[in-house]
Amino acid sequence: MSDRLAVRKTYKLYIAGAFPRSESGRSYPVTDGKGRFLANAAHASRKDARDAVTAARKAFPGWAGRTGYNRAQILYRIAEMLEGRRDQFTAELRHTGASKTHAAAEVDAAIDRWVWYAGWADKITAVAGAANPVAGPYFNFSTPEPTGVVAVIAPDSPLLGLVSVLAPAIVTGNTTVVVASEPAPLAAITLAEVLATSDLPGGVVNILTGHRTELTPWLASHMDVNAIDLTGIPDEHVQDLEEKAAGNLKRVHRPTATGWTADPGTARMTAFLETKTVWHPVGV
Amino acid sequence: MTTTELHGFLHGLPGVDQVGAEERAARLASRSIKMSAKAEAIDLAISMVDLTTLEGADTAGKVRALCAKAVHPDPSDPSVPKVAAVCVYPDMVDVAVGALRGTGVGVASVATAFPSGRAPLEAKLADTRAAVAAGASEIDMVIDRGAFLSGDYGTVFEQIVAVKDACGDAHLKVILETGELATLDNVRRASWLAMRAGADFIKTSTGKISPAATLPVTLVMLEAVRDYRAATGRQVGVKPAGGIRTTKDAIKYLVLVNETAGPDWLTPDWFRLGASSVLNDLLMQRRKLSTGVYSGPDYFTLD
Repeated sequence: MSDRLAVRKTYKLYIAGAFPRSESGRSYPVTDGKGRFLANAAHASRKDARDAVTAARKAFPGWAGRTGYNRAQILYRIAEMLEGRRDQFTAELRHTGASKTHAAAEVDAAIDRWVWYAGWADKITAVAGAANPVAGPYFNFSTPEPTGVVAVIAPDSPLLGLVSVLAPAIVTGNTTVVVASEPAPLAAITLAEVLATSDLPGGVVNILTGHRTELTPWLASHMDVNAIDLTGIPDEHVQDLEEKAAGNLKRVHRPTATGWTADPGTARMTAFLETKTVWHPVGV
Repeated sequence: MTTTELHGFLHGLPGVDQVGAEERAARLASRSIKMSAKAEAIDLAISMVDLTTLEGADTAGKVRALCAKAVHPDPSDPSVPKVAAVCVYPDMVDVAVGALRGTGVGVASVATAFPSGRAPLEAKLADTRAAVAAGASEIDMVIDRGAFLSGDYGTVFEQIVAVKDACGDAHLKVILETGELATLDNVRRASWLAMRAGADFIKTSTGKISPAATLPVTLVMLEAVRDYRAATGRQVGVKPAGGIRTTKDAIKYLVLVNETAGPDWLTPDWFRLGASSVLNDLLMQRRKLSTGVYSGPDYFTLD
């Protein structure tokens, strides 16, 4: 069977549950750890980013309106699909230069991280919300609600880093536009294939591949994006993007220096939550 | 004019090459309109919008809100032009006239048992007279598609003449409801029939059935008004309505007008866009051009 033709994969974008090519028709070559050609990835333009934001906005009410329990089920389903594709993800990580054991360990850690976050879906409200004691005949509740459309600039850790920034954003009901790692975007598109087959509504996660410096200013200044996670942005560009994000008072999550293997805690989930406090008269 | 004469004339019109019309419309739709040309096109499109609300649930409050938006589509930016007209049901005309007095925005009213047109002629005429008496400056009537499709062109012709008579000074727009006419040949015939009966505008659709306005249908209608002016010297306007939702759609129609009927039609007096949701997209694109950042629906009114 050695004379079979190679069936090469075209890596495209993931927008609104579909896999379109970039509107611009561009692509860029992705290389492995030693600089050898791996594949062409779509090189998204600002209009792809705009379309992705529109898709995320459209998906938001439906996703935020689901019960935490249902979101947990869907996220766990994604973990099941990831588990079934462990070998594929391991092979993809090995292309980026990781050793076999290291790649396998990272895939396992990414799946475990996803399951860990999935479990938070129906618990975060209880942990981050409260029934407040007030001096008056009122019930007073504070409940966390999702911020809205979150732009996520993913770090260069191709799978574990991506999962660690994506899962906490969507588990609470936000919808996302993810800019994948620029040098290692292929695992992100393979993850998109997992998401597309896991009952996750289209538009909840949209994944763009391309040049961060080209896409992020448009996302940071977009008036219909509610928050931006700058994790994958080098320090020297953060200030400029923060200024752009101030246009509509976006929530900004600045890059942090922690490694991806450490216990993540709840900080990334609560970063994209708004607290709503309701006063309700006590009836007689 | 008798039904026989009309039949002979309408069936003597050259047939429409459907594949050719679709290809031509698709090719014109691929024109790229950018930067300053786009800015001009957006302003022109805004000034051509017939801002429409035709729902059973319409209230006086909703019509007044729509009128306020018609005069100042973007209250934060006074350089945005006002729209051409507000289009409502006949019983809401007096509310719209009151809200728009002195603003220069017209009041259009659908009439003649819109959208089906299935009512006795007397009822259609009474509907029209009531709308005109309430102050409507434009009347959008529907043709009797049943009569048209069964070849009874005389009835359709006489009804349009009668409604035109009832309109008085008000402009008459004749809705062909092209989604029910089945072929582009029928669209061409209905266009000529309406123009010969005295229509000031021919309009594609009610917006109540799908498909509503499409580019090939509008192309055929624009050719009809062009040929009609060449034959008679009288200019007739065109209004695609329904299904126009994005700035890109609106600009495609403007290109089609310029390339088919010619620049004489590129004014709100001779070309209108019947829509409501497209206005928000035009405003968002306009703000994107003026501020350099993408805008969002949070900053415009919902309607």
